[in-house]
Amino acid sequence: MLEDYLPGLFAGLWMTLKLAALALLFAMLLGLMGAAFRLAKNRPLALLAELYSTMVRGIPDLVWMFILFFGGQMLVNDIALALGLAPLDIDAFIAGALTLGFIFGAYMSETFRGAMLAVPPGQIEAGHAYGMSRLRVFCRIMLPQMVRFALPGFSNNWLVLVKSTALVSVIGLDDMMARADVAKSVTQQPFTVYLCVALLYLAITSISMLALNRLCARYSLGIREAEL
Amino acid sequence: MIDMDLVLEKLPAFFGLAEAGPALPGRDGLLLTLELLTLSLLAGFALALPLALLRASKNRWLSTPVWLYTYVFRGTPMLVQLFLIYYGIAQFEVVRASWLWTYLQEAYWCAIFAFTLNTAAYTTEIIAGQIRNTAHGEIEAARAIGMSRWQTLQRIALPSALRRALPAYSNEVIMMLQGTAIAGLVTLADLTGVARQIYSDSYQAFEPFLTAGAFYLTLTFLIAWLFRRLERRYLAHLRPRS
Repeated sequence: MLEDYLPGLFAGLWMTLKLAALALLFAMLLGLMGAAFRLAKNRPLALLAELYSTMVRGIPDLVWMFILFFGGQMLVNDIALALGLAPLDIDAFIAGALTLGFIFGAYMSETFRGAMLAVPPGQIEAGHAYGMSRLRVFCRIMLPQMVRFALPGFSNNWLVLVKSTALVSVIGLDDMMARADVAKSVTQQPFTVYLCVALLYLAITSISMLALNRLCARYSLGIREAEL
Repeated sequence: MIDMDLVLEKLPAFFGLAEAGPALPGRDGLLLTLELLTLSLLAGFALALPLALLRASKNRWLSTPVWLYTYVFRGTPMLVQLFLIYYGIAQFEVVRASWLWTYLQEAYWCAIFAFTLNTAAYTTEIIAGQIRNTAHGEIEAARAIGMSRWQTLQRIALPSALRRALPAYSNEVIMMLQGTAIAGLVTLADLTGVARQIYSDSYQAFEPFLTAGAFYLTLTFLIAWLFRRLERRYLAHLRPRS
C-alpha cells in the first residue's frame, strides 16, 4: 500500500530540491547585495539594508510566506485590474522560490557582511593600489577570500533553508509535505508516511553537511588553526 | 493601500477577545503564542540539562544516543516533527488505548510536545558545547580544593557553562518564537492562526499578516533586549576591561 506512494514522495523530494536550489540562488544574490549595501558609505542604502535584515529575521518565515504570496497575488491582481488586464496567475513555484530567497537573503546578508569584514583591509587597498576598478577588486580579491569566512554561516543558512521548504505546501506547492498529506489520508499510516519524509529530509541535510565540510576544508588549505 | 480601519477593528482578536473577531475562545492570539513558547522552552530546558551532561560525557555509550537524538531533531524540519506527533501517533493502537491519548489527541499538547523535543535538541548541543569548552583550570581548581564530582559540576562547571551559553541560547529562543508560528497549521489559533482566520474572513492578506508580523517583531526585540541585559549581568566577568 505504502509502496504505491513512494514514487510520489520522491517526486516531491525533487520539487523540494529544485525549490531549495533556486531559492538559494536568489538568497545569495540578495545576500551579497544586502551585505554590500550595509557596508556602503551611502547612509540611506545602509539603513535600507539594515531594515531589510532586521524585519525579515524578526518575523517568522511562515508569516512572510503569507504576506508575500497572498499579498503579492492580490497586489498583482489589483495592478492588473487597474490597467484593465485579466487577473494574472502567479506561478507558485517561482513565487515560492522568490519568497524563500527573500527571507534567506536577509540571513545571508548577515553572514556575508561578517565575512567581508573579516578580509584584511590591506588586501583591498593593495588591489586599489594596483589600479583595479572597484568591481574587479570585489571579484578578484574580496570574493575568493571571503568564501572561507562565509562558509560556516552559509552552511547553517542552507540547512535552515532546506528545513523551511517544508512550509511551502501551505501556498499550494506539490512538495514532499503535500505528497505526504495525500499519502497519509489514503494509506491510513500517517506515522510511517511522515517518518519517510523525515528520513528524506535527514538525507538531504546529512549529505549537505558532508559536502560543505569538505568544501570548508578545501578553502581552509594552508590556514593554520590555533591549537590548544 | 493598507486599510487601517480593518487592522484596528481586528486588533482585539490578536489578544483573544472573541467579540471582535471570528468565534475565538479565550486565550488565543498573543497569549497562546507566549504560552506555547514558554511551556516548551521550560520543558525543553529541563530535558536538555541532563542530556547535555550525557552528551558531554567521555563515555561513548552515554554520549552517542544523545548525539543521535540531537542529530535527527536538528536535521529534520519542526513541521515534520509536529505532523509526526499530531497525525502520526494515532496510528498506534497502544497509544490510543492509554491515558496519554487524552492529551495527544489535542493539537495544543501535540504542539508543546513537538516544540519541546525540538528545542531540547538544540539546547542540549548549546550547553554540551559550553561544558566541553570549560577552561581546564576551573575544574582542576575545584578538584584541588577537594570538591566531589557532583559538587564540581553543580558549583563550577554548570554555572560557568550556562552563563557562556547565554548568547547562543538567546538565538535559540528567538528561533523558537518564530517556530511556534507553525502551530496555526494544526488548527491552533496562535498569532499566525488568528491572522489566517481573519484572512479567510476578510480576503485581505496584508492587514492581518502584517499585524501578526508586528507582534512577532516586537516580541523578538523584547527577547533580544532581555538577553542583552542578562548577558551584561551574567557575563560581566568575560567583558573586556576598559
